[in-house]
Amino acid sequence: MSTADLHTCTGAYVLHALPAAERDRFEGHLADCEACAQEVKELAATAQRLGLAVAAPPPAELRARVLQQITTVRQEPPRLPARARVRAWTRSAPRLALAACLAAAVALGGVAVWQHQSAEDARDRARRVEQQAAELTAVLAAPDAKTVTGPVGGDSTGTVVVSEERNRAAFLASSLPDLPAGKTYQLWFDDKGTMRPAGLVAGGGRNEAVLMDGPVDGASGMGVTVEPEGGSPRPTTEPIGQMAFPT
Amino acid sequence: MRAAESSPAGAPSPDGDLEARLTEVARGDQAAFAVVYDAVSGPVFGLVRSVLRDPAQSEEVTQEVLVELWRTAARFRPDRGSVMTWVLTLAHRRAVDRVRSAEASAAREHKAALLDQLPAYDEVTEQVETRLEQQRVRRCLRTLTGLQREAVALAYYRGLTYREVAQLLTVPLGTVKTRLRDGLIRLRDCLGVSA
Repeated sequence: MSTADLHTCTGAYVLHALPAAERDRFEGHLADCEACAQEVKELAATAQRLGLAVAAPPPAELRARVLQQITTVRQEPPRLPARARVRAWTRSAPRLALAACLAAAVALGGVAVWQHQSAEDARDRARRVEQQAAELTAVLAAPDAKTVTGPVGGDSTGTVVVSEERNRAAFLASSLPDLPAGKTYQLWFDDKGTMRPAGLVAGGGRNEAVLMDGPVDGASGMGVTVEPEGGSPRPTTEPIGQMAFPT
Repeated sequence: MRAAESSPAGAPSPDGDLEARLTEVARGDQAAFAVVYDAVSGPVFGLVRSVLRDPAQSEEVTQEVLVELWRTAARFRPDRGSVMTWVLTLAHRRAVDRVRSAEASAAREHKAALLDQLPAYDEVTEQVETRLEQQRVRRCLRTLTGLQREAVALAYYRGLTYREVAQLLTVPLGTVKTRLRDGLIRLRDCLGVSA
C-alpha cells in the first residue's frame, strides 16, 4: 500500500472500519505523518457527533452496578512520557511532515509515468519529477503556506496550498472520479475572472499532490475543469471545482 | 477541541469541566466518577446499542466501557481530543470488537435493515439536547452524497469494515475508503468541528 493510499485511510480508521492488519499498518504511518494525525483528530471529533446523535439513557440500575464494580477495580497508573526528544524543527514545522507525506505520493506518481517512457526520456522525466517534487515540498513547507479546501466534482475534496513568498501553489485532490479515455483534469489560475492554464493532473488525480504550473502572480483563486487530452489553452467546460485563495 | 455549534448533547457539563472531573477520577475520586458517568453513559449506551442492537449485550458492553474509563482515566490524552471523543472512541471500538467476534455465528442482517440509519428512538426519557443534536447531525448527513452517507452510516452505526461496506454497496474497495474519508470531511465542515 502506498503512502497516498495510507493517507486516505483516515476516515476508515476513525470509524474502526479497517481490518486489524491494515489498522496496524496505518498506525505505523500515523506516527510519522503529523498531517494525518491532525486529520484523525478532527475526524474522530466528527464521529463523536454521530455518536451523540444516538444517545439514549441506559437502564437506571446500570449506574449502581457500575459504581459498585469500580470499587473493586484497580486503576492503571499514568503512562510516563518517554524522555523528551528535542527536535525543535519538526515540532515547529508540522508542514514538513505534510510535505513528507505528499512528496512520497508525488514520487510514486513519477514512477508510474516513468514506466511508459523510453529509457532516454525517462531520465529527463525523472529529473523533472524530482525537481517538481523538491519545489512542491518547498511550497508545502513554506512558512507562509496557506491552505484552502473545497469540493471538487461532487464527491471529492480538493486542497490548495499557496505560498505567496515562493509565488507557487500546489493542488491535492482526494480521488477525483475516473475520466473516460481522451479526457484529463486541467488546473487553472483565476486572474480576476480570466483562467490561465496551470497544468494537467497526471494519473487521473488519484490522491496526488500536483505543483501547479507557473507562478501565482496575484491570482485570486484556482479552478479545475475536464478537458480533452493534452489540455486546452482556455477552459472548454464548466469548472467542476473552484477555490478562492486564502488571503 | 470545540464544536462551532453550541455545546453538543449528552454532556451537561462543558468539555473543560468534564476534563477536570476526569483528572479527579484518575486520582481515584469515586464521586467525580459518578459525575462523569452521568455525562457520558447516555451517549455510550446509545452508540453501543446502535451497533449491537441486542439490549442485554449493549448493557454489558456499556458497563465494560465505563469500567474501562475508570481503570484507564490516567491514560487520557487531552492533546488527542475531548473526553467525550475519547470515551465514544472506546465505546465504538468495544462494540465493533463484539460484533466482529460474534460475526461468524450471527446471521447477516438484511441489506434494507442495515441501511436504516439513525434509529428513531421513542423513549419518553429522551433528552431534548439529544434531539437537537440528532437534528443537526441529520441535517448535515443530508449534505453528503448518497454513497458517502450510506458508507459512513454502515461503518459507524453498524460497525462494518470498509470491505463489508464495499460488498454491501457493490462498489470498489478504494471507493469506499475515500468516501468514508471525504464523507467525514464534509460532515466535519458542516458541523463546524475543529480540533
